[in-house]
Parts: sequence; C-alpha cells; structure tokens
Amino acid sequence: MTTAPDLRRPVPPLAEPRPVKLPSVAERTLDNGLRVLAVRRPGVPLAEVRLRIPFAGPTGRGGRAHTAQAQLLGDTLLAGTDLRTAAQLAADVQALGGQISASTDADRLGFGGSVLVSGLPGLLEVLAEVLTSASYPKREVVGERDRLVQELAIYRSQPAVVAREALMLRLYGEHPYGRELPTAQEVADVKASQLRALHGKRIAPAGSVLTIVGDLTPARAIGLVEKAMAGWTATTRAATTPPLPEAPRGPALLVDRPGAVQTTLRMAGPAPSRTDPDSAAFGLVNLVFGGYFSSRWVANIREDKGYTYSPHAQVEHPPAGSRVTVAADVSTPTTAPALLETLYELGRVATLPVTQAELDQARRYAIGTLAMSTSTQAGLASTLSQLAGAGLGVEWLRDHPVRLAAVTVEDALEAGARYLAPAALTTVLVGDVAQVEAPLRALLDLELG
Amino acid sequence: MPAATRKAPAPRRAAAKPAAAASPSYAVERTSLANGLRVVVSPDPSSPVVAVAVYYDVGMRSEPEGRTGFAHLFEHLMFQGSASLGKTEHFTYVQGNGGTLNGSTHVDYTNYYEVMPSAATELALFLEADRMRSVAVTQDNLDNQIAVVQNEIRVNVLNRPYGGFPWLKVPPLLFADFANSHNGYGDFVDLESSTLDDAQGFFDRYYAPGNAVLSVAGDVDPQQVFVWAEQHFGDIPARDVPVRPSFSEPLPTEQRRAVEHDELAPAPAVAMAWRVPDPADLSTYLPYVVLAEVLTDGDASRLQERMLLEDRSATSISGYLGLLGDPLDARDPTPFLLEVHHPQETPVDTVLATVEQEIARLAADGLTAAELERTVARMTARYLREVDSVLGRATTMAVFEQQRDRAELMNELPDLLRSVTAEAVQAAAATLTPQTCTVLELRPGKAS
Repeated sequence: MTTAPDLRRPVPPLAEPRPVKLPSVAERTLDNGLRVLAVRRPGVPLAEVRLRIPFAGPTGRGGRAHTAQAQLLGDTLLAGTDLRTAAQLAADVQALGGQISASTDADRLGFGGSVLVSGLPGLLEVLAEVLTSASYPKREVVGERDRLVQELAIYRSQPAVVAREALMLRLYGEHPYGRELPTAQEVADVKASQLRALHGKRIAPAGSVLTIVGDLTPARAIGLVEKAMAGWTATTRAATTPPLPEAPRGPALLVDRPGAVQTTLRMAGPAPSRTDPDSAAFGLVNLVFGGYFSSRWVANIREDKGYTYSPHAQVEHPPAGSRVTVAADVSTPTTAPALLETLYELGRVATLPVTQAELDQARRYAIGTLAMSTSTQAGLASTLSQLAGAGLGVEWLRDHPVRLAAVTVEDALEAGARYLAPAALTTVLVGDVAQVEAPLRALLDLELG
Repeated sequence: MPAATRKAPAPRRAAAKPAAAASPSYAVERTSLANGLRVVVSPDPSSPVVAVAVYYDVGMRSEPEGRTGFAHLFEHLMFQGSASLGKTEHFTYVQGNGGTLNGSTHVDYTNYYEVMPSAATELALFLEADRMRSVAVTQDNLDNQIAVVQNEIRVNVLNRPYGGFPWLKVPPLLFADFANSHNGYGDFVDLESSTLDDAQGFFDRYYAPGNAVLSVAGDVDPQQVFVWAEQHFGDIPARDVPVRPSFSEPLPTEQRRAVEHDELAPAPAVAMAWRVPDPADLSTYLPYVVLAEVLTDGDASRLQERMLLEDRSATSISGYLGLLGDPLDARDPTPFLLEVHHPQETPVDTVLATVEQEIARLAADGLTAAELERTVARMTARYLREVDSVLGRATTMAVFEQQRDRAELMNELPDLLRSVTAEAVQAAAATLTPQTCTVLELRPGKAS
C-alpha cells in the first residue's frame, strides 16, 4: 500500500498524569489468628474474596504424596460438608450470585470467590462451613480421583505442559517445585481418609490471610468475617516451603515429540524476589529483553523473522525463590535459528548496557501496568492477596514505582548479567528430535530426554 | 430419569435466598462524525485509567473464497504501521506510556483496543485514527505477518490436542454456505497467496469510518473526547459503507454427524451444536443464553450434576452461545454449542443419550423459579465483574452500539436477563432436539 506523505501527523503529547491513589487497607487479626484485609472499592455491587492458607509439602517422596493429596483436596473441598452435598453447596453459592473455587500449589491452598455484595454473608458462611466441616465423602473423592487422572492425561498431552514438567524437574529436582503435578499412580493411591487427615493437619486460621475487596466498608467486611469465622479454631504447625537447591548446571534437555510442527523452547533460572534490591532493575531489564511486546526479543524473532507467535519472558515469585522463564513456540525448521537469536538477545542484555530510551520506556510500562492491575475489584483483591503471601503490604504498590524510577542503565546491566546470562539459565526444548537435533547441536551441548 | 437422587445428609441448612437485583448505571454519551464514525463514551473518574476501543463491522464471515483467514491476517497488518507511525511504533507508544493493547478477530467484527493511564487518552485516539486514515503495509511486513499468523495457528491448533475443537471443526458440518462454514483462522495456502492488493482492497471496503464504532470508557470528560475524536478522526474521508449481506441459511432438518481424529488427544470428546434464533431479537434469544447456564454452569447445573457428579460419564462439560463463546457479540446464524470431554470407557452414544435425556426432561418438566433465579443471579454477577474494568465497559458498549445501536444495553442487560421466564427457557430447551443436532465426535489417535 502506498501512503501520501501529507497524511503524516504529529503525535500528541501526554496530559499531566493524575496520581494513583493508594488503596486504604483495613487490617485485623481475629482471635483465632486469621489475618483479615479489607478494602472498600465501589463501582459494581460485588465483593471479591481471597483466602491463602500455607500448604507446603516436604522435599522428596513424602512431598510427592503430599502433592497428590493436596491436588485432590483442592478438587474435593467443595464436594460436601456435614451439612450440604456438593450440589447443594453449588446451588446455594449460585443463588447468592457467587462463585467460589479452591486450588493448591506447592506453597498454599487458595480460595477465590466473588459474589453480589448482598450475598457476602452467605458466601462467608459457606466458606467457614467448608473450612470446618468439609467431609470428603468417599463417593465424591473416588469420582474426583478418577476425573483427575483423566484430566492429568489431557493436560500432559499439551507440549507446553511437557516442557514445563521437564523444566521444573531439571531446575528443582526433588524439591516440591520440581514436581508440580502428581502422577496418575500417586493420585490413584490417595484415600478419602488421607484428605480428612491432611485437612485437619493443615487448614487452620493462624498464618492464613483473608482479603476482601468490594462495595462495602472495611468495618462491615471485617465484622462479617469475624462472625462467620468465629467457629474456625483449628491449630496447626506452620508449613513453610523447604529452601531451594542450587540452580543446576548442565546441558540443554531435548525431549522428543515426533512429528511436532513447532518446538516448545523454555529457558529458566533464579530471579530476585520482590524484596531483593535487584528486583526493580531486573524487572526492567527483563522487559527490555523480552518481557513485553515492545521488547528486543519480540522485535527480533517475531516482528523481524516470523519464527514464532508469542514469545515472552515472565517472572514468577513463589515464596521459596523467584524465577524467570523465557518461553517461545517456534516453527520446527526455525528452531536452531530462533535459539541463536534468543541466545544473542540474552547475551546482549547480560553484557552490554541497554539504552536510556529503552529503559525509560520499560519503566513507564512497569509503573503504568502496576497501577492498572489494581483498578478493578478483582485485580486489587488478587494483588493484595499475593503481596500478603509474600509478607508484603499495600505500601509495596507505592514504593515499587519509586524503586523503578531510580533504576539506572548500570543497574540494569548488572541485573541482566546476573540473571539473564545464557550461562545462568536452564534450557529445555520439546520437539521433533529427528528434525531439530543436529542443527541445535551446532549451538549448545544437548542431552536427549 | 431424575438426576438428583443422592441422599442429602441431615440436618440441611436452609437454602440461601437469591441475591437482590443489581444493575449498573454507567453514563453513556454519544455522537457521530460527518464521515460516519460513531462515538460512544462512558465517563468514570474512579481510577485514572481509560480504555479506547475501535470496532470494525467486518469479521471472518466476510472473507472471500480463496482468502480464508484474511480478516484475521488483516488485523495483524493494522499493527504494522501507518502514515505517522513506523512498524512497532504503535506498540511502543502504548506500552512505553504505561498501557496495554491488543486486537481480535471475530465472526462478525474485528476490534482494536488500548488500556492506558487516562493522561494518554488523546494519544490512544491519535493512534487509532492514524491507522484508520492511513494503514501502511509493505511486502516485507505482509510476508512477516503471514509467518507470524502461521505460527499462531500452529501453537493454537496444529501442535496441540483438541486444537480448534470445536470452533473451527463444527462450522463445516453445521453450515452449508462458505461464509459461515469456512475456517476463519485460514488455510495456509490462502494465507500465503494473500497480496498487498488484497489488503488495500479489504481496507478500502471494510475499514471505512462509517463502518466503525469508537468506544471510550474511564477517566475522561465526554465532551473532551468528542473534541479529540473530531480533531483526529474528523478529516478521514467518508467512504461507502458496505451493506452487510444476510448470511442466514436454512436450519438443518436432520441430524448431521461426523468423526474427527486427533492424533495428539489422549481421550475422546464430543461437540453438539444446534442453530438458535436470530440474536437480533433478544426476547427470543436470551432464553437460550440462560438455558446454556442452566445446563452447564457449575456443579448445580443440570448436565454437570448429572454427568460429573452422578454418572461420572464426563470429565468436563461446557455450553455456550456463539462459536467463540460470547453470546452477545454474534449475529445470525449462530449456534448453541455443548462440548463434552468423556472417559474412553463411556461410549459417545451414552454421552449423547444422557444429554438428550436431560434436555428432554427440562423441556417436559420445566425448571423451578428458584433454579432460574439462582442461574440469573450468577450470570448477573459475572457480567458485573466484566464491566467493572474499563476495557469490559468499552468493549461491551462498542458491540451493543455496533450491532444494536444501543450502547445503553450495557446497563440494561441484567434486567433483560431477569425478565427471562422459566417457560421461555423450557420452550428453548424443547427446540434442542436430537433431530436438529449436529454432532462432531473427536476420537483420539489416527484414523483407522
């Protein structure tokens, strides 16, 4: 298409930004030890509810049994209480204009829910009932167990899951982070009595945090929680995630997926935690590398070369240690060239300074999207709950932009060298070995798995 | 056979009362420019953020034969530069000022949006105006985006189990006309043969200002938005607005059934599809939207309770209106879809018979007021949650304004859902008969 030059227009400047108001968070620890955070956020007549309960398992074989039990516990927590069947629970929550779900990972058991604000008392009552009298009926446990086995098979047929499992195992070995998913056999071995025992041992108010954001005053929200949760008096030992092993060194792992039309490329390594002094600088250098669309890596392997659709470099903050993951699904014939460009871009941010313009652009993105993530009830509730899980309060939302503002090009280089150097990352590829192995061997030491 | 035959443990707490009614009351203001561009604005000063969305009234259905996937490819090209913006600059202006952005291609429309700090509202309007005035695509950029789209199709369809099931696989069976039945992601041969002339022709024909709606929600003054809209979009010359053809086609009169083999899938699945009434008339269409939830939303829904909790004849069930799962953004003809994943041990005919039985039971016995109320209560809450975000509001207004000339439906939808009667849901269920059902079985493994 041709464009007449007289169609060019000057790009308008930005208006003076309006300051982002820090949400006002009310907090109370109840007599039973449950910490409650509440924020009034009008807008729509809803309330968002998040509950985090520490739920870590041990390292090794016991940890694997825990992972299977924890997964099934999350799937059957809402399958009945002493007072209601699964279908009654579901119908009652639905009638409140509510939804609730439970899930577990290697660190915590989480409940997430939302409800018409008029239904919040009822939702909290259901939640308390589940926490104090989930009954794990044998029939439901067996049914969910069989379903989980089927779903795991479906899940594991996805190349992204195959790659993630291989990557986590390589990074963390027998640590609980090394095996996020149970095997079919580990699930089949779980008994309803074990779930009841695990519930009794781990689900307790002390150490847990309940966050409510919605169209009601914090005093009312906290009062409702206090009333609903008064009967939750279980006590337990705190369960914290074991420390991570040293990051491994070794050749890249290539997992065969015969006939695959793409190779699933993943590289990962340790990253600074939210409270680490390197955190802000690392966040920015990661953005410049590949953490958002306007990054070097996306410009290179997508917008210049068309090797892939959605490359991204993502930072996660599980409590035992943060992690950066570099992920791209690249067409099979371009696998080695895509890895070459990836190593090049990683090497660049690890050895050469980014430009001031690149840094400033990433900084504005980081600050802007942080503010945006708290502009809805649901976003604010999730953000506050995650921060609480990391032992941080709402002031992090105020202080982190200040830290981002202070990052220099030198800081970014230092963080890039420490965390994004190709030598610091563990690499896994899932693809058609027959087609990709030989070209990949030109670039790196490879082990077939 | 009644489903809820398990014994309830005693004592049973009284069932919760259905939650009180709730409707949003967002302000909506509108104008239209001399070139035909329609503008809707919903101001809300509560957070310093804004969403800007532009909806073009062209989607996958309008692709010509031999150019499957072109509407989506063209969506990619809209990010490749315009008179004032080089390649990638659209992204850097948005993200580099603290925003996020995307575009998406649907059956009946294509949208583009930015969510930004409200201080960048004029910038977002400028960026949208510049590409509406003067999208600029080079051969290199076209070739590059064909490769990117092919990788998108690989990651979402070809390299994964259940890829494109059922949204790409059901239309060829359910529909007869090319417009409705073809693969909207695109055939690789068609994509590779796309030219710059195709792109210019598609732009000239469908991306006229009169064929678009600009929707803005968030921390803005509507009058100021109208001024900026005039300033940045006002001098884009008016062009003929294409008359949208009727894509309607006769209803199926007999069951259509086919088998799809998926080498990557470890377990079977089945999709059931029925044509539903024209969404243009909400009074006859919304009962189907409610019906989908009565059947499949949560453990207390008819099919989930029966098949996931009781029989264990399925591992997951979802039901929705529209190929892409949004009931209120598709025009006629459009399906009601059920997607059931089931264990290998459960024969697909058992799955089909169970679904038919539950639908027949609903059609014969109806549903109680309480079942309808709780279903609508959660639908309302889910909808409110969606419009709590400025982006949810901008996109909801845009599609209602474009397809129904009424952005205010954003506020009216909860009341419309509450006005759906049990009788209407029952009558809708009665039309979902085995004789008018299209069934696509997905079998794991190679075709034998």
